[in-house]
Amino acid sequence: MMYDFLIIGSGIIGSLLGKELMRFRCRVLMIEQHADVGMGTSAANSAIVHAGYDPTPGTLKARLNPRGNMLWDHLAAELFIPFRRTGSYVVAVEEDELKTLEKLREQGERNGVPGLRLLSADETRERIPGITFDAKGSLFAPTAGIIDPFQANFFICENAVVNGMELRLETRFEDFLWERDRIVGVKTNRGNFFSRWVINAAGIYADEVMHKAGLHADYTIRPRRGQYLVLDRNSFFWDKVVFPCPTEKGKGILVTTTLHGNTLIGPNAEDVEKKTDVFTTAEGLKEVVEGGKRLVPGWDVKQSIAQYAGLRATLFPTKDFLIEVGEVQGFVNICGIDSPGYASAPAIVEYVIERLREKGENFVPNPHYNPIREPRRLLKQLSPEERHRLVAKNPAYGRIVCRCEEITEGDILAEIHGPIPARTYDALKRRTWLGTGRCQGSFDLDRVITILARELGTSVQDITKKGGKSHFILGMTRNDDD
Amino acid sequence: MTMIDFDVVVIGAGPAGMSAAIAASDEKVSVLLLDRNTELGGILPQCIHAGFGARRFKEDLPGPLYAHRLIEELKKRPVEVWLDSFVLDVSPSRKVTVLSKRGYEEIQARSIVLAMGCRERTRAQLKIPGTHPAGVYTAGTVQRMINREGWMPGKRFVILGSGDIGMIMARRITLEGGEVVRVLEALPFLTGLRRNYVQCLQDFGIELFLSRTITRIDGYERVEGVEVAPVDENLCPDFSQKEYIPCDTVVLSVGLIPENELSRKMGVVLDPFTGGPVVDQYSQTSVYGVFAAGNVVQIYDLVDDVSDHGALAGRYAACFARSLLQWQTPSLAFSWKAPLRSVVPQRILLQEMEENGLEVFCRVSRLLEHECRLVLRSDETVYYEKKLPFMRPAEMVACRLDKGILQQWKTHPPQRLQWEVV
Repeated sequence: MMYDFLIIGSGIIGSLLGKELMRFRCRVLMIEQHADVGMGTSAANSAIVHAGYDPTPGTLKARLNPRGNMLWDHLAAELFIPFRRTGSYVVAVEEDELKTLEKLREQGERNGVPGLRLLSADETRERIPGITFDAKGSLFAPTAGIIDPFQANFFICENAVVNGMELRLETRFEDFLWERDRIVGVKTNRGNFFSRWVINAAGIYADEVMHKAGLHADYTIRPRRGQYLVLDRNSFFWDKVVFPCPTEKGKGILVTTTLHGNTLIGPNAEDVEKKTDVFTTAEGLKEVVEGGKRLVPGWDVKQSIAQYAGLRATLFPTKDFLIEVGEVQGFVNICGIDSPGYASAPAIVEYVIERLREKGENFVPNPHYNPIREPRRLLKQLSPEERHRLVAKNPAYGRIVCRCEEITEGDILAEIHGPIPARTYDALKRRTWLGTGRCQGSFDLDRVITILARELGTSVQDITKKGGKSHFILGMTRNDDD
Repeated sequence: MTMIDFDVVVIGAGPAGMSAAIAASDEKVSVLLLDRNTELGGILPQCIHAGFGARRFKEDLPGPLYAHRLIEELKKRPVEVWLDSFVLDVSPSRKVTVLSKRGYEEIQARSIVLAMGCRERTRAQLKIPGTHPAGVYTAGTVQRMINREGWMPGKRFVILGSGDIGMIMARRITLEGGEVVRVLEALPFLTGLRRNYVQCLQDFGIELFLSRTITRIDGYERVEGVEVAPVDENLCPDFSQKEYIPCDTVVLSVGLIPENELSRKMGVVLDPFTGGPVVDQYSQTSVYGVFAAGNVVQIYDLVDDVSDHGALAGRYAACFARSLLQWQTPSLAFSWKAPLRSVVPQRILLQEMEENGLEVFCRVSRLLEHECRLVLRSDETVYYEKKLPFMRPAEMVACRLDKGILQQWKTHPPQRLQWEVV
């Protein structure tokens, strides 16, 4: 079987590219090393669609960020992606930071970011109740927004699959297959796959893939970790997106709201050795607390309900996106997609497709393509009458499995048998939000394991948290061995 | 949707809820007992260890048998029981919305007993840094896996917290052939009962390390180890003395929290110290006609106390349903001083009832390993005094205030009532 496009990685870039390619008549295969889609950087970030005043004018980031930002409305509407244009504030807490705001505005205007406005100290305090008294002024960017990064990634990938894209999970890229100096496919842990084009959307690992293609041996992704704290929506209310003034290290530790109503604080920035060092540390979280309090002092670390870490796929030394089509024949290279990667993603995909056209790729529209993903609503999202009817039709919806988030067995079954089947606990968690509430899954875990084993026709010992060796159960008790 | 009427609706069929349903039914009112589980008994069916019922049944029973005794009592009475039924909502006018396989149902209750019990504190509340692999469980989850499902969640365990379930599971894991490498307690004292320490740890040669905690969890897919460090009195770790312990499972036994999501939704006032509703001596909450009983009010040490509290709440909920109990603003409220952490009930309703006095439960927040006096006083007058050889956070102190005191308060209401330890 010869594919037209083979995409390595199912993060936001890979998924969006897959979806856009399905608009045309072509065969697309996506390979993903994890047990579910979008488990890397696309899942652990600030969940913000940046406006585009940050990138230095002239860079690829500066060009693609504001454009990508504008394209999100349409995508969100088609796929029912949780997305809200909240606007964002960069707040100066020192007098000399006011100059930085001025510079950011000028930069933003050159990048084509609409509606930027400088606010005085009074306006800032008026518009952001709870901001530090040290606020000297701020830059307001009305086009910035917040997004649910798991759901966006998942909905997009699911739409691609529904439209015919083939997805192979737990399939790891190992090397390229060559025909003289042309890439014709990839070697994986699950065999070889041939394709006219191979697209590198491997996120944090994109440099290793690129090196194997013989490109830019001197460029590397040095993982820079960012740690975050999540505050309980019931104990702290925050509905703004607030950044400190950026430094050379990055955009700094921000205080932002999420579409679930929780407050998110972070990230710090620290260089780590390995690309698997995705863990939080006591020192890192301390930095996050201090950074967050510098902007918004009125919260307490006791209100936090979760913490997580993500890695930025920053490409050194350029620190810009690196997007090349046909530099090596049959190879599309998308590397160094760090912030503002999520915001830029739709524009990155548009850019790649344009370059492919320039290389003579003839895209014929696919008449069967359906851009709409109707939401698969959870029981709790229905009206009482709809719920009653659904339970009458399918009694599995009458049994609550996760009591904190009120997720029913019916909701779980729908995801296990969905277009991208949820085969692990975390896959269910990311699709339904089960196990994320007050008891953090201690009530539902054994029930979910039982349901997964039953539906997948395997033993409970085979059920994992996130694929690989992440098994929950390591044996049976003595009585059961008899 | 159908609308059904009941005098008393009890939410939760653990020991508190079952006792409440039994007591309410004895007052000749119609009772509906609801539970989301498929069986009665709450957490008891998975507590297969002994140690239940010494006071109520004068016997040492395992949990399932204790539940069975209550179920037998329940069966003798005309109590309507709905299992596998999840209460989604309770309105302030006491309309209960229930989801079950039958669909949605609404029940109008004259009075309600909240008996939802408690849940365990989790890693999220402890904020242990590190990775998020499989193999980090609460003690109750491990208990359900081993005792109910027959699953062994791991091979090499580190247990954090000296709570009762943690210590009991240390013994259970050892008996099942698992290895308990460490039991750690961040506080400088035992948080569970001493008898559990002796029977579950000492007798099995499992060492307990006080003032020590997990500072990092390691392993990307499954737990591979934990970093452990001693902590000072402010629970700040001393990283210079940290050590790495390889293990595949982390069990958390770090306390219980009353489960009050429903209570909160309906506007019941909660006590920040117990985490449960503020109640009076009849177990009525701040919401008219809504009572609360058992671990939903505060975490009790013994199931007998939970059952007694359930019976009390059930009885008065029935009285309320029969209009024998009039709601009014409680006349008196207790205050308390450190080292006391909580006092339940928090309020006293002064009105004509056939009273036998009342029982007050006090808990301290730190270890007092010396003789102390627990005193209830207004400015000058001492109303109650109890001498104790020691006071421990793990052991609640019950104080019985007799009828005479209540009578006295009725005629001469005190300015304030304060509990103190001297």
